[in-house]
Amino acid sequence: MSHSKHVVSTAITAETIAESHLVAPEAVALYALGLGDDALILAQRLGEWIAHAPELEEDVALGNIGLDQLGHARSFLTYAGTAWNKSEDDLAYFRTESEFRNRHIFEQPNGDFAVTIARQFFVSLYFDRLYRALKESTDPTLAAIAAKATKEVDYHLDHSVQWLLRLGLGTTVSHEKMQRAVDAIWPFVGELFSPEAALRDLDDGVGVRPELLRESFEEDARRRILDAGLKVPTAPFARGGGRDGIHTEVFGHLLAEMQVLARAHPGATW
Amino acid sequence: MTSPGDSGARETWPLWEVFIRSSRGLSHVHAGSLHAPDETMAVRNARDLYTRRSEGVSIWVVPASAITTSDPDAKGEFFESPQGKEYRHATYYTKSDGVPHL
Amino acid sequence: MATSTSTAGSDIAAPGIAAADAAGEARFAELLATESRVEPTDWMPAAYRKTLVRQISQHAHSEIIGMQPEGNWITRAPSLKRKAILMAKVQDEAGHGLYLYSAAQTLGIDRETMFDQLLTGKAKYSSIFNYVTPTWADMGSIGWLVDGAAICNQVPLCRASYGPYGRAMVRICKEESFHQRQGFEILLELMRGTPGQREMAQESVNRWYAPALMMFGPPDDDSPNSAQSMAWNIKRFSNDDLRQRFVDMLVPQAEVLGVTLPDPDIRWNEERGHYDFGDLDWDEFHEVLAGRGQANAVRVANRRAAHDEGAWVREAARAYADARATETEGRIAS
Repeated sequence: MSHSKHVVSTAITAETIAESHLVAPEAVALYALGLGDDALILAQRLGEWIAHAPELEEDVALGNIGLDQLGHARSFLTYAGTAWNKSEDDLAYFRTESEFRNRHIFEQPNGDFAVTIARQFFVSLYFDRLYRALKESTDPTLAAIAAKATKEVDYHLDHSVQWLLRLGLGTTVSHEKMQRAVDAIWPFVGELFSPEAALRDLDDGVGVRPELLRESFEEDARRRILDAGLKVPTAPFARGGGRDGIHTEVFGHLLAEMQVLARAHPGATW
Repeated sequence: MTSPGDSGARETWPLWEVFIRSSRGLSHVHAGSLHAPDETMAVRNARDLYTRRSEGVSIWVVPASAITTSDPDAKGEFFESPQGKEYRHATYYTKSDGVPHL
Repeated sequence: MATSTSTAGSDIAAPGIAAADAAGEARFAELLATESRVEPTDWMPAAYRKTLVRQISQHAHSEIIGMQPEGNWITRAPSLKRKAILMAKVQDEAGHGLYLYSAAQTLGIDRETMFDQLLTGKAKYSSIFNYVTPTWADMGSIGWLVDGAAICNQVPLCRASYGPYGRAMVRICKEESFHQRQGFEILLELMRGTPGQREMAQESVNRWYAPALMMFGPPDDDSPNSAQSMAWNIKRFSNDDLRQRFVDMLVPQAEVLGVTLPDPDIRWNEERGHYDFGDLDWDEFHEVLAGRGQANAVRVANRRAAHDEGAWVREAARAYADARATETEGRIAS
């Protein structure tokens, strides 16, 4: 782990990974690709908020969270791409819908502010558990990306918890909207903990088995939902499929928008 | 007289004055103000707004309404007293000029 | 000394407090004469206060409305690096709007009132943001030309006589230093790219060049408020002087880019030591100012929608804070 600690101190970024001439083993790359897609698609959704937040201070806050997520995405995708000699942009802009590996919760539309907060709350809690474990990875690059991300995600979780409380306990209107939002996002929570196929071919200690995060996640999620005066949903979890390239109907639209310009100028640099 | 930006109860979210300590060993310095519903969110908003480029290691937020300022009309008189007390400054003591370590 | 200032002040002063005002007025004149700063609690002429409120709030509104034309491309940015830069830039603009609203608020106007003035059309914002951004190259042109012009305007404002405005501008100028460069580099990449990319860059510069020059405001002989603002040390250079300075900077930069500035009359004038340039179409300027730009209605409608749709969120947070405060009081009382 001493190697990874060294990388952390120089704040790992997509650029430093690209310059390091590392080559990720194929299975590690597949694992990193899934994590990168999760962060990228969330960042894409958060980018839609800018200039539309409920207050200017919140535009700045959502912008920070989106930028952090984009940073994680770029690091994971750059690292994944080293296995196939592809850049982060090759992966982000020139894969088709079925080649994206992100789980469904990340592609869900922003909805109103309560829906965005519900989505951010669940995924931040998941990221918090995930990255805290992943920073102990035996793969120094994954460990370094996770170590940087842990600190940022800690703030994202705090931000969404603060809003969960305020909307849950604020007014009758906000309480109803927040409950509806938690209910709407809940079905997509289960997929976060479905097994990572990429980890089957890897030694223990490289990646984090999401199944193992579930108990601690659920306990914390329930407590925080109840603290906000809300009911824990009882609806069943939806079948996932994101890691296998099966996406919900909203995803094609998101991708079309994200890729439109890059695809109109193949081979161009920007 | 409170802070000049205080809007009383007119706004949905009150105004907070933000003070940032830019590095250890330095005082918190006024950076500006922002709106927030309460002190918890005020600290977070201040972090997002005033430390996007690693400008700080510590943040204070104070409700603008809680700040008392000196009376602006008495400005001259209020700050007049130190004038004429040059003996508070080391430069007043010219006879010891040139004496080492003094 | 500063006669125009004295006249403006005493025009507005209410009868009966003339003595206190006279002292304040003398002090104010002295601050200006010594290039010192006016601070919020100082006496200031009502017209000075009004001018500042108008100018600072317009400036703040421009930052906030200015998020939209660039926000338009965040989701479609053609590389992840560009996406990150653009998000950071638009987020900075929200921050700059907030710094400026804070500065204006020290003059006794609250932000909700300023929002209201923006949404009802009582307050203006820079007309440049009523132009549309149909292509990615517009992100380059906005950075290079629009931010470039804004920086020319803003750097002297760091020395504006009103302390909170000057301080906000210092912070803004420092943060904006990357804005113009990133725009220039977008255009540079395009000009070094495919024929399609070069065409995109040139077409965009053709659209933004003249509007950017108009950002300095009408010619000096048609700018009625300029003299007063200069006497008050709010404005430090005339519109035409700043415009000339901007063109002098642009011409060599355009050569580096390889773009053609859309003005056949640009040529070096040895005698003046400046570039000559052609007349601008001020009719278009006044058209856009009068609300007949491409996007005037959309910009304000979007802002209104964000504000209206956010009302329940702001109220919820306020209600939560109030309830908690009451709870605390109750505990202390019992």
